Amino acid sequence: MAEQMTGAEMVIQALTDHGVEHVFGYPGGAALPIYDAMFQQDAVQHILVRHEQGATHMAEGYARSTGKPGVVLVTSGPGATNAVTGLTDALMDSIPLICITAQVPTTLIGSDAFQECDTVGITRSCTKYNYLVKRVEDLPRIMHEAFLIATTGRPGPVVIDIPKDVQFALGDYYKPDLDTLRHQSYRPQLDGDAAAIEAAVDLMLKAERPIFYTGGGVINAGPEASEHLRELAELTGFPVTSTLMGLGAFPASNPQWLGMLGMHGTYEANLAMHDCDVMINIGARFDDRITGRIDAFSPNSRKIHVDIDPSSINKVVRVDVPIIGDCERVLSEMVRVWRSRTNQPRTEAIGAWWKQIGTWRAVNSLGFKNSDTVIKPQHAIQRLYEATRKQGKEVYITTEVGQHQMWAAQHFHFDQPNRWMTSGGLGTMGYGLPAAVGVQVAHPEALVIDIAGEASVQMTMQELSTAVQYRLPIKIFILNNERMGMVRQWQDLLHGSRYAHSYSESLPDFVKLAEAYGGKGIRCSNPAELDAAIAEMLDYDGPVLFDVIVEKDENCLPMIPSGKPHNEIILPDTANIGDIIDEKGRQLV
Amino acid sequence: MNAHLQPTGSAYFITKDTQETERHTLSVLVDNEPGILARVVGLFSARGYNIESLTVSETEHGRRLSRITVVVIATPKVLVQIKLQLERLVPVHKVHDLTAEGASLERELALIKVAGSGDHRAETLRLADAFRAQIVDASVESFVFEITGKPAKIDSFIALMQPLGLVEVVRTGLAAISRGPQGM
Repeated sequence: MAEQMTGAEMVIQALTDHGVEHVFGYPGGAALPIYDAMFQQDAVQHILVRHEQGATHMAEGYARSTGKPGVVLVTSGPGATNAVTGLTDALMDSIPLICITAQVPTTLIGSDAFQECDTVGITRSCTKYNYLVKRVEDLPRIMHEAFLIATTGRPGPVVIDIPKDVQFALGDYYKPDLDTLRHQSYRPQLDGDAAAIEAAVDLMLKAERPIFYTGGGVINAGPEASEHLRELAELTGFPVTSTLMGLGAFPASNPQWLGMLGMHGTYEANLAMHDCDVMINIGARFDDRITGRIDAFSPNSRKIHVDIDPSSINKVVRVDVPIIGDCERVLSEMVRVWRSRTNQPRTEAIGAWWKQIGTWRAVNSLGFKNSDTVIKPQHAIQRLYEATRKQGKEVYITTEVGQHQMWAAQHFHFDQPNRWMTSGGLGTMGYGLPAAVGVQVAHPEALVIDIAGEASVQMTMQELSTAVQYRLPIKIFILNNERMGMVRQWQDLLHGSRYAHSYSESLPDFVKLAEAYGGKGIRCSNPAELDAAIAEMLDYDGPVLFDVIVEKDENCLPMIPSGKPHNEIILPDTANIGDIIDEKGRQLV
Repeated sequence: MNAHLQPTGSAYFITKDTQETERHTLSVLVDNEPGILARVVGLFSARGYNIESLTVSETEHGRRLSRITVVVIATPKVLVQIKLQLERLVPVHKVHDLTAEGASLERELALIKVAGSGDHRAETLRLADAFRAQIVDASVESFVFEITGKPAKIDSFIALMQPLGLVEVVRTGLAAISRGPQGM
């Protein structure tokens, strides 16, 4: 079955065999043989980026919105080092990436050759696994194994470093065959332990104040996992909250939805987490943005934790019923076991709990004081959300990192998984614009919007040129407050409002900038004109940079501040957030 | 110049670990491939775990498997994390906590160079005999001893050699294996 070809041709053949249609990359000396092989085929389309970091975020957006691995191709040295941020981002958020880095010829490795760097050394701690391919005989096996490792278990980025002589060398190519894999040690556990699932359902059947706390694991486990979650929520009648990474797995339009939890989560979600008696964590990892103060985190609950990564169990919070397995399989088992025990939701038993949640909801923690003279950022997102609902298109949202990201999570609502792309774990400013490019490549007919801040968007601004080149009609919705808003907010909270370098000075004219790139620029600062301006953006068939001039000093609330448990959340009616944290809280590191 | 201002907080919460630390010996079975040691050591440094001793060598040539014996000092909670994080590495087959799993044997080898003459030389030889240290090199003014045993035994031998003209010591680090018929 073997077919003889060069290493470079093997790379393309393996990508084709794994169903890859798009590669995000940037050429360079060491990568030329692969680029030459790419030039002579049609199966795989190459998207030329403007910076390798952009390629990695595009691949992340592509992967997150399709469930398929994103593929990156870069050259040696600076090509590889520029990809490091995106690789780390993908590792933190469990996004499947295959990153092929070219390397100087094997004979030059270690000689400080031109554009040489220790790629496997540099990327060892920011990948799930990485390879240096020293012999062309190993290349087919490594390509196939890389796809397996990136996409199974807890997904993550895999780097394959291929020296230029290996790309030129002739060898035998074999089709994917799992039996030839070198690493027999890699066997992720997919099925949850049956006894643990029964124990979990037993706890759920006795719960009086239960809550589902779901995360990115549900999204990673595929759309069926979201279906099972919806079914289980309906069967049980329990309330559902989610982390930033898990938004969309459960529909925001469902009455059982409490909104996002965590540092900028809703009052009802955080209070319910604090006061619950049974917490069912599905595919989330008790991140510090979620738990707040660990010793005051949900003090009186029994905790069930479903995670595919055994090292996530008891890492931060001790749990009572750990279940190691794929969320899709465990959820479907939970549904089956629940059905075998009862055919009634626990409506009556948890009636008092829902009543309590109702009083928390009545606080309206996402409320804000609107204005008719200046555009409030929350209002801008609400208007954008309303406008997109009328488009009759699939809507995908990406974000950068900061206040706008949290406002988007709070005020844009998702009813389906894989529609929300954001940098959660690493918090990478500059993620959203390239991620939107990647999403649009995967979904050419969809409406793809990057909700951005004026500071973040400048970190990867150059990828607008990529969007123009490939006619990708992404919309970049900049909430421009001329501040690094979240930094400014923390300075108010903790540093006596001494605004050390948290302003955006010498901003470009975003309208002219968009035009310079060959896109369309729109600016709006008048609340009365906002809807029309949004409509203009959505109607334009091409990339748009929309500069929304918003209130400069708006705080992103609610917020659980430093050193506080969930039930001491700051609500929107707080006049001066600088007075909230006491001396003891400030000393926390 | 802002030193007089109140100390500032940050975005993180740190809870003090109240558990006592323990010394544990882990046995890690891995694929013998390039970079595996860097992967294991990198995990320890990246996650802030402390390595007391590390020994690695290929143990099954046919299957290209190596055994890493690593001694760590950590709280019980962190020890569990270390084991799980090691198991997460793709080329790691198994991790056994020999200390937690019951009786195990621990041995180390050291080469010890001692220089001296006269009474010191005679005393050195008497002690070496008592500790069953072998002479592997000798000159008119020096010895090199080879000694194997538990680390504590080697420690005491080295301490005794100190006043007798100890020049230098090299130790292999710990090799450990469980007692009884079961393998890893």
